[in-house]
Amino acid sequence: MTGANLLDYNELFCIEPYSLEVSAKEALLAQWLKKLGEHHEKNCGPYARLVKALGADPALPVRLFKSHELRSIPKEDVVKTMTSSGTTGQAVSRIYLDKATSARQSKALAQIVSAFTGKSRLPLLVIDSSAVIKNRAMFSARGAGILGFSFLGRDVTYALDDDMQLNLQAVKEFCERHSDNAIMLFGFTYMIWLYFIQALRERNEQLNINGVLIHGGGWKKLQDQQVSNDSFKQIVHETTGITRIHNYYGMVEQTGSIYMECECGHLHVSELSDIQIVNPLTLEINNNVEKSSLAGNRGLIRCTSLLPTSYPGHILLTEDVGEILGVDDCPCGRKGKYFAVYGRLEGAEVRGCSDTHERR
Amino acid sequence: MTNLQKYNDAFIQSFSISEADLGSELVYQSIDNWDSVGHMQLIAAIEDAFDIMLDTDDIIDFSSYTIGIDILKKYDVEL
Repeated sequence: MTGANLLDYNELFCIEPYSLEVSAKEALLAQWLKKLGEHHEKNCGPYARLVKALGADPALPVRLFKSHELRSIPKEDVVKTMTSSGTTGQAVSRIYLDKATSARQSKALAQIVSAFTGKSRLPLLVIDSSAVIKNRAMFSARGAGILGFSFLGRDVTYALDDDMQLNLQAVKEFCERHSDNAIMLFGFTYMIWLYFIQALRERNEQLNINGVLIHGGGWKKLQDQQVSNDSFKQIVHETTGITRIHNYYGMVEQTGSIYMECECGHLHVSELSDIQIVNPLTLEINNNVEKSSLAGNRGLIRCTSLLPTSYPGHILLTEDVGEILGVDDCPCGRKGKYFAVYGRLEGAEVRGCSDTHERR
Repeated sequence: MTNLQKYNDAFIQSFSISEADLGSELVYQSIDNWDSVGHMQLIAAIEDAFDIMLDTDDIIDFSSYTIGIDILKKYDVEL
């Protein structure tokens, strides 16, 4: 018997996405975090020592998953180990999943994304190479992201060949097969920009796609090229005709409970997650989310996910700078917190899915 | 070909296994080839064989040979 058995995830997944106002959400979080904390404290020695030293519900720095093997399940129950893709010389995070946590992550992703794309599985064009998932022993954040989205689509087709070159014929055939329906496109922001949009522009190709594009993985390399979210949207639209474009914020340490960007350009917290802003100097949580005091409230993003029971990653301190923009009052109609991410804290290491992809 | 044969073939082709490997012991992650990549191949094979489209939740819940038979009933596929 472990504490995880006391957590009724079916109940959690029954909540309509983005339906809870912040007071109801806070009550839900308090109840769940107590049980999750007890579970991890009981089943993960290093986590129990952290609680002893730091008090209840410590936010684990994401780096801790690089230096330490953090598991809340016996080794033999691990079915999948996810790693963040690091460039040479960087240590990688290791996230240990059992069957239950892994399935829960897939369910969460489906629930969150379908709140934006609809329930039916759309034809899916992956803006990446199928080579990423061919090496099953090396399961990277990129591969995991692609597979996670594959569950949501059908006729899954890859836009890039094994050498990351645009397979224009495959893309055109895919569009023709589904000319009557909306399609979904998924990829990592930098890959889409470099290997899809730039490749189309170089060939003076203009597509006319009726669909929704979902992308994530970080903006670091695009910021270096002075490409903002707005200009990304604009150019993707001009090149492909796509009007519905949603960025998302997420991390391999909390796979599944991603934060989707709404039609108003705000990232939204779902029922399965939470964010708080932490002062990077004092490490105090900024609880002030009143509209009037937004200015100067930037800080490190502290992410909560209710999904993980196989590793103690339910509360993490990221190295990303963000800001809560409002609560329950986004013009898109979704309840809960919404926020913006401004990139990595100065001096933090470069990491992330597409960030660390080296151009060949 | 009967529905059961089609169902079995989807497993045999997707995972490169033999008829003897089929049964209640065959569950997600019980063999190397039934990992998340193999899972998508299996789902695609089953959808093609019966000309159906599973809901995302059913794809996630499709965690064993036996459970799969129950899930297909929802799509009017009797094995």
